[in-house]
Amino acid sequence: MENQKSKIKNQKLFITGAQVAVQACIDAGAQMMYGYPITPGTEVFTGWIEAQKNYLQTEDEIAAGFAVCGAVIAGQKAFTATAGPGHTLMQDGFSMAEGMRLPFVEIIAQRGGPSSGTVIYSQQEVILACLGGNGEGMRIVYSPANLDEVYELTRHTFNNAWKYRFPSILLTDGYMLKTRGIVDFSKFANLKNVDSYPLIKEGEAKHWRNIYTFEEELYDELQNQKKDFEQVRNEIAVAEEFETADAEVLLIAHGLVASACKQAVGELKLQGKKIGLWRPITLRPMDVKSLNKTVAKVKQVLIVESSLGQLARLIKDELDPELKVKITYLQKPAMGIEVEEIVDRINNIL
Amino acid sequence: MNKINNSKTEPAKFCPGCGHPIVLMMLNKVLTDLGLQKQAILGLDIGCSLLAWNYLPINTFQTHHGRVTSTMVGYKRAKPEAIVVGYTGDGGAYAIGLQNLVHAVKRDEPIIILVVNNTVYAMTGGQTAPTTLKNQKTSTSPDGVENDPFLGIELLKTVAHPQAFLARTAVNDPKTCQEYLKKAIATQQAGHFSAIEFLSMCPTNWKTKGVDTIKFLDNMKTVFKLGEK
Repeated sequence: MENQKSKIKNQKLFITGAQVAVQACIDAGAQMMYGYPITPGTEVFTGWIEAQKNYLQTEDEIAAGFAVCGAVIAGQKAFTATAGPGHTLMQDGFSMAEGMRLPFVEIIAQRGGPSSGTVIYSQQEVILACLGGNGEGMRIVYSPANLDEVYELTRHTFNNAWKYRFPSILLTDGYMLKTRGIVDFSKFANLKNVDSYPLIKEGEAKHWRNIYTFEEELYDELQNQKKDFEQVRNEIAVAEEFETADAEVLLIAHGLVASACKQAVGELKLQGKKIGLWRPITLRPMDVKSLNKTVAKVKQVLIVESSLGQLARLIKDELDPELKVKITYLQKPAMGIEVEEIVDRINNIL
Repeated sequence: MNKINNSKTEPAKFCPGCGHPIVLMMLNKVLTDLGLQKQAILGLDIGCSLLAWNYLPINTFQTHHGRVTSTMVGYKRAKPEAIVVGYTGDGGAYAIGLQNLVHAVKRDEPIIILVVNNTVYAMTGGQTAPTTLKNQKTSTSPDGVENDPFLGIELLKTVAHPQAFLARTAVNDPKTCQEYLKKAIATQQAGHFSAIEFLSMCPTNWKTKGVDTIKFLDNMKTVFKLGEK
């Protein structure tokens, strides 16, 4: 494995998003994967198995999620990958991980909802990933916009899960995982891993609950979690501000759609349009300071997404209510969004 | 209320007459006798089972409803030297968690699942469980349950490895309870799955007192056959 690893790391490879994600999991020191086949996330599972790593195919995503919970409690760097309806089932285990602050790592390949057939473009699992489950959504959610980020953010997902003990998601989609492109792994050579450790030590007679008898006890626990989560926001929340210095119109988008937006910004700048892009790299916690600072400088915002407003809801929730800015939307649930459509929309505005 | 032999543990929060503390005390006794307390990890399902979270002087954690089996599968695979025990009620094992339990048996996961069968969902107020007896009245079957109850251990037997240990006993037979617990631990050490179903008492939801509770329990034995399967 070591030989294969170093061989790959010294090369530029023409490689799919799923292969990139698997390589990132291997390089992150992941020891175990629990999975259930579901398009378009299956290739992460089969790729992991092809790399001859430790795995178990479970009977459903519920079992996969809770097996990850058990494994990380024992100190193993375990993870799972799923999509769509599997992501829905995974919320049960993810809620346990949230309540108990387990370093649960999950790769999500979004697909059109609610169920079968549409497995390429979608940003319809944003709310589920960020706020699903019967908790407060104290999770770390990364949204990669290209193959390099699939690699780098998967590494961050493992590291931050174990560093901060909040469950962590790499939220991507079918298109990104099936896209083949060139990735130069050598540029990630300096990324370090955060070690895993047993959350229960042998013989310590630890009594660990996830259920509270009194509302006040849960309230106190959640206050502590909220405080810790705000610290995580300060330390890792990140966004890209692209061509925002003189922008009058600001595109806001994440993931794959943000890549199209970036290209659109490039074309529109050539036409002399004052336009920029703000892209959350962590959807949760979001870089609120960067968001509000950027939005404060513009006259108008266009939120672009492959959903009927899931990103828009998160943005509006975080946006400073004092900011008086016009917001319009380009929403195409479960559809890809072409550069030309974004350019046309902006040309209608400006 | 008795404290167990460790200052970190808390008195039982189970109702008077409940069978759960009997099972837990015997589990602790057997682990202590075998010198395995430190290696043991106890995972709890939801319902009355969760009340055991600070009851025994061994590592213990709560999971979600029906999910203790899968959680303990993950734990055991990550730490094979641990003695891994999942503790659940009949609803957690045979209703909401059945799919995961059957597949853990099929794969012969080397874990122990202890099922406390008191014929009802007790924590939520005595609703119909898979193990509710025919004609037994509950808050969700006010006219009595129409079908025969679920024979979980017999069902699991159909997919079990020949070396897996599957058995049923009752909480008023502590000698057999301890014997089965020892066999289950030996089975895990030999690398195989074990499940023990304990017929248990719930006077709160059965609305029985004293001898009638024992009569109810003994009647259960005519439906749920005791012994190794």
